Amino acid sequence: MRKIVLTALAVAAACFAGSLPASSSEAIKPPSQSWGFGGIFGTFDRAALQRGFHVYKDVCAACHSMNLLAYRNLRALGFSEDEVKGIAAEYEVTDGPNDEGNMFQRAGRPSDRFKAPFANEKAARAANNGAFPPDLSLMIKARPSGANYVHALLTGYEPPPPSVKLMEGMNYNKFFPGGQIAMAPPLNADAVTFGDGTPATVAQMSKDVVTFLAWAAEPELEVRKQMGVKVILFLIVLTIMLYAAKRRTWAGVH
Amino acid sequence: MSAPQSQNALIRWIDHRMPIFTFMHHELHEYPAPKNLSYWWNFGSLAGIVLVIMIVTGIWLAMHYTPHVDYAFQSVERIMRDVNYGWLIRYLHMNGASMFFLVVYIHLFRGMYYGSYKYPRELLWILGVVILLLMMATAFMGYVLPWGQMSFWGATVITNLFSAIPLFGDPIVTWLWGGFSVDNATLNRFFSLHYLLPFLIVGVVFLHLWALHRFGSNNPIGIDTKGPQDSIPFHPYYTIKDAFGTGVFLLVFAGFVFFAPNFFGEPDNYIPANPLVTPAHIVPEWYLLPFYAILRAIPDKLTGVIAMFGSILLLMALPWLDTSRVRSATYRPIYKQFFWVFVVDCLVLGYIGANPPEGWFIVIGRIATAYYFIHLLIIIPLLGKLERPLELPASISTPVIGSGAAQPQAARMEKP
Repeated sequence: MRKIVLTALAVAAACFAGSLPASSSEAIKPPSQSWGFGGIFGTFDRAALQRGFHVYKDVCAACHSMNLLAYRNLRALGFSEDEVKGIAAEYEVTDGPNDEGNMFQRAGRPSDRFKAPFANEKAARAANNGAFPPDLSLMIKARPSGANYVHALLTGYEPPPPSVKLMEGMNYNKFFPGGQIAMAPPLNADAVTFGDGTPATVAQMSKDVVTFLAWAAEPELEVRKQMGVKVILFLIVLTIMLYAAKRRTWAGVH
Repeated sequence: MSAPQSQNALIRWIDHRMPIFTFMHHELHEYPAPKNLSYWWNFGSLAGIVLVIMIVTGIWLAMHYTPHVDYAFQSVERIMRDVNYGWLIRYLHMNGASMFFLVVYIHLFRGMYYGSYKYPRELLWILGVVILLLMMATAFMGYVLPWGQMSFWGATVITNLFSAIPLFGDPIVTWLWGGFSVDNATLNRFFSLHYLLPFLIVGVVFLHLWALHRFGSNNPIGIDTKGPQDSIPFHPYYTIKDAFGTGVFLLVFAGFVFFAPNFFGEPDNYIPANPLVTPAHIVPEWYLLPFYAILRAIPDKLTGVIAMFGSILLLMALPWLDTSRVRSATYRPIYKQFFWVFVVDCLVLGYIGANPPEGWFIVIGRIATAYYFIHLLIIIPLLGKLERPLELPASISTPVIGSGAAQPQAARMEKP
């Protein structure tokens, strides 16, 4: 039995080694942060989620879409139904065609997807010096060590070392692969005013918006982990009972 | 032997006309199994259980999935977000694939260690390799379906391998794609085949079991059962042992599904497929990495492709490459050491496959590839001739070496 466990561990270790970043020559590994949604019992801090959404809405959403999210999803952040209706109504969305065959503008509803800042990729590139701001719906899952990486990126802008020659319109960020990123430092202290009085430092805004993005990428995380704890506890009891039954069945075999 | 007469008239009526209950009683209840099977023998039935989990979760995923380049990625995200417990079904299916290969690789190495492929189980072994090939094809096509970056570029790299075929290479690739690049037609046919192949696997699994039940399981000592004192009925002894093993397995499986569901995945596959942007490193799923390493170890494309497919097909010849008449490595002191070297070699190949082909990785990859073939083609045939195996016990019930009655059992395994 011990052999099997050791083998499983060895295989898991081999897999882990295989999943490490393929090359060290790329970007610097982002430092590990402690996240409330990490670990077996991890949950999202509702206040941080709401502050993070505030940052996304006021800062990131100027360039970055979140196409996979609908306003109704914001209920999970702790907003009431009326608050969600209010947030959705702040946006004008195109609907139609109506009975005359024309498209028309109307106020957003909770069932609408987040309104994208640009009509299409070409429009986004035209407005951003040729660069395309990626959709943020899955950002935390779509990068190695996602949450740590995005936090390091948002807070990691610094003047370029003398050896680096920046291309026109680019900014230096050692956490970005290649070190040169088109996005200017997005967060400035007090860029937003939080309703709960939390001081809007760059680090605070970054942590909050990363928490919001982590929720957006894995909205099932809390349900998943809570169900997982129950499933594992059930399986432990079941397996112990099966082991006892096995011992008893085999007691007479020599 | 027939089933004990059932009290139920309907069962008696059916069984008289089609003896399915007698058959089930014979193959699942009475079926004699060696009494000394270790936990390494759990992995066969475990693989069967994972296959069922994969088919059931797959059927439910297919109810919500859309095989179209414009909607595939979105439909998978819809499953993750809006379908009730869709995330659970998808993570079970996704991690189930990794678990399937983990279990099957342990099953395969167990067969190699205990010589389970030797007479009279050659065909059983060959059918196993056929299952492995079908699994690889199924897993590869399944990985393409979410239509993320790694799906698209993995499909491009692997289908392009066929362009190495002389003369007909390019037309064959065009035919596989259903167009001039990996596109909607490719995605559609991969979905169709990904749904079909698992049922072929089920068919070959039945043949695998049929061949198994002809002579029964091999065992850790590797000698045949000599009579009723050496065997026990499959039920209840191995049903309960397999059930306990399944409990342990499900704990590991659930650990990944609920707490690290993307552990085996690539972050790049959460970026929608983009034919204009190539990822920095295109890597297949972990279970294909050793073969990917063999492919890249050889500078010539055609030779590399042949080596990669050959490395799997060669396993089918193992019963004839191995000239030793002793099955179990327990009684083969030298082979036992080479076996573990081979296991390490396969892990090294996996590690190399995950890394870019540059610097020392190339050198190590070539040495490990060469050793893979040297082990199968040179070491195994030679060892059978040169190695002096330990004395085998007289029977499973008396596994004490040198107990007077012990005699070389190898002579009993002569080929007909």
